[in-house]
Amino acid sequence: MSVHVSTLQARISGESTASSPLSTEEYFVNMGPQHPSTHGVLRLVLRLDGETVREVVPVLGYIHRGIEKMGEHGNYRQFVHLVDRMDYLSALANNWAVTMVVEKAAKMETNERIEAIRTLVCELQRIQSHLLWWGVFGMDLGGFTPFFYGLRDREQICDIFEKTIGARLTMNYIQPGGVMFDIHPEFVKDVKAFLSYLKPKLVEYDALLTENVIIQERLRGIGRLSAARAIALGATGPVLRASGVAHDLRKSEPYGLYAQVDFDVPVGTDGDCWDRYWVRMEEIRQSIRIIEQLIDNIPEGKTFLVKPAAKIKVPAGIHYSHLETARGVLGVLLVSNGKESPYRIHCRTPNFNNLWCIGEMATGGRIGDLVAMLSSIDIVVPDIDR
Amino acid sequence: MDAPNLIAAVQALQPDATVRAQSDRPTLIVPAHALVALATQLRDDPDLRFDLLETHTAIDWLEEDRFELLYLLTSVPHGHHLTLSVSIDRDAPLVPTVCQVWPIAEWLEREAYDLFGILYDDHPDLRRLFLEDDWVGFPLRKDYEDDFMLERPE
Repeated sequence: MSVHVSTLQARISGESTASSPLSTEEYFVNMGPQHPSTHGVLRLVLRLDGETVREVVPVLGYIHRGIEKMGEHGNYRQFVHLVDRMDYLSALANNWAVTMVVEKAAKMETNERIEAIRTLVCELQRIQSHLLWWGVFGMDLGGFTPFFYGLRDREQICDIFEKTIGARLTMNYIQPGGVMFDIHPEFVKDVKAFLSYLKPKLVEYDALLTENVIIQERLRGIGRLSAARAIALGATGPVLRASGVAHDLRKSEPYGLYAQVDFDVPVGTDGDCWDRYWVRMEEIRQSIRIIEQLIDNIPEGKTFLVKPAAKIKVPAGIHYSHLETARGVLGVLLVSNGKESPYRIHCRTPNFNNLWCIGEMATGGRIGDLVAMLSSIDIVVPDIDR
Repeated sequence: MDAPNLIAAVQALQPDATVRAQSDRPTLIVPAHALVALATQLRDDPDLRFDLLETHTAIDWLEEDRFELLYLLTSVPHGHHLTLSVSIDRDAPLVPTVCQVWPIAEWLEREAYDLFGILYDDHPDLRRLFLEDDWVGFPLRKDYEDDFMLERPE
């Protein structure tokens, strides 16, 4: 038995398979690595026949930093810092994913206050992430106004985080055993003020994009992904839910305080770009519901049950836990040999799997729709490359 | 299905599967030659329905001279989890691909090839995923060294 290892060059220099009676010629076009709609350094090699996309070959690794290798050289507390840099729009959820697996493996306990704060900040960040996506999505479709609106309102969440955490993007706030600092005295007041500000803004958003007939016509029916294919391709998060699969770890395997709050999991029907748009807009409303139920009921308590140890020892073995970020299932696989740094640590990142769906969505479609499809997946490239 | 029932159900399908100790999820050690047949059964069995390959990766057990490959499976309809573990020789890291069973494996296996040098037999497009095609070595192996690496702290 011998295994043949190919190269990118060989991959994209195949024979033309055009079957058009017009005897057209297929050609390759590079989209990226520097392209405004890839939101980072992602390269897609497109095999085109006229304007029809025949094949999408994503080329990854432009910002591969070897986070998993770095993780093997540090301790668990240091690894929490690194995962901030994967999906920077879900930094808190990333922190929590590492925290969750370390706490489960090392049997560390938390209290209700810690879990309430974690749930609250993660839901705030989900709104923040979806607001940024909404703005960028509008911009990718050719409307510049949503970008300003989305960024303007997202700023306020960043301000709330800055008051409590001191950082706006890479927060490193959720730590094994607790949270780094207690919430700012004005946190509750600020969050309430923000929610009462955001709710009328969402109506404005709907008037601007959701109810806009141009947007609806633009998005409906393109980039279809069936439920069975979405699961087979490993999609999670809004991409999977838009295809009609109500798979949300906050519901199916509740962590934090999600078991105590009431919220719905919005699902789409067609799995097209419109459904992915609609699901995210609805998720913003559901996150508001979750925050409203928790914000007045943050229990009293410490934010670290025991003084945080710099070095945590985890029993030998394989440990895995996962949670739902704004983009899907983030899992952390931890292989310990009983020492204070992991023997192997692996992150199952949502964007990596979601991006894989672009081939299924785009093949046979038009190149003009590709940007809308890519944007509807809501990719964050550092999360793919790690 | 809870963990003991799950393990019993899988062992009924593949009697050679043994339980892997030290894992927080139900984990079964499967011989490499039985992997694809078992994977297909796990996906299609109506009581198991492991339709989502959540992730796939490798562990380099340098001292034992083997790679351990992990396949973390989730059943979306049933909500249960199972991990398959396949051990292969470090000198001849060859294993059949599961791309036909779970299409996402195409990328996950390319990542494992890129970083560990695992060779997947019958893979439709086996090449590096993150690194350049002419990169030498496989960085996540424990004995990997290159000129840019700092001294390993000990």
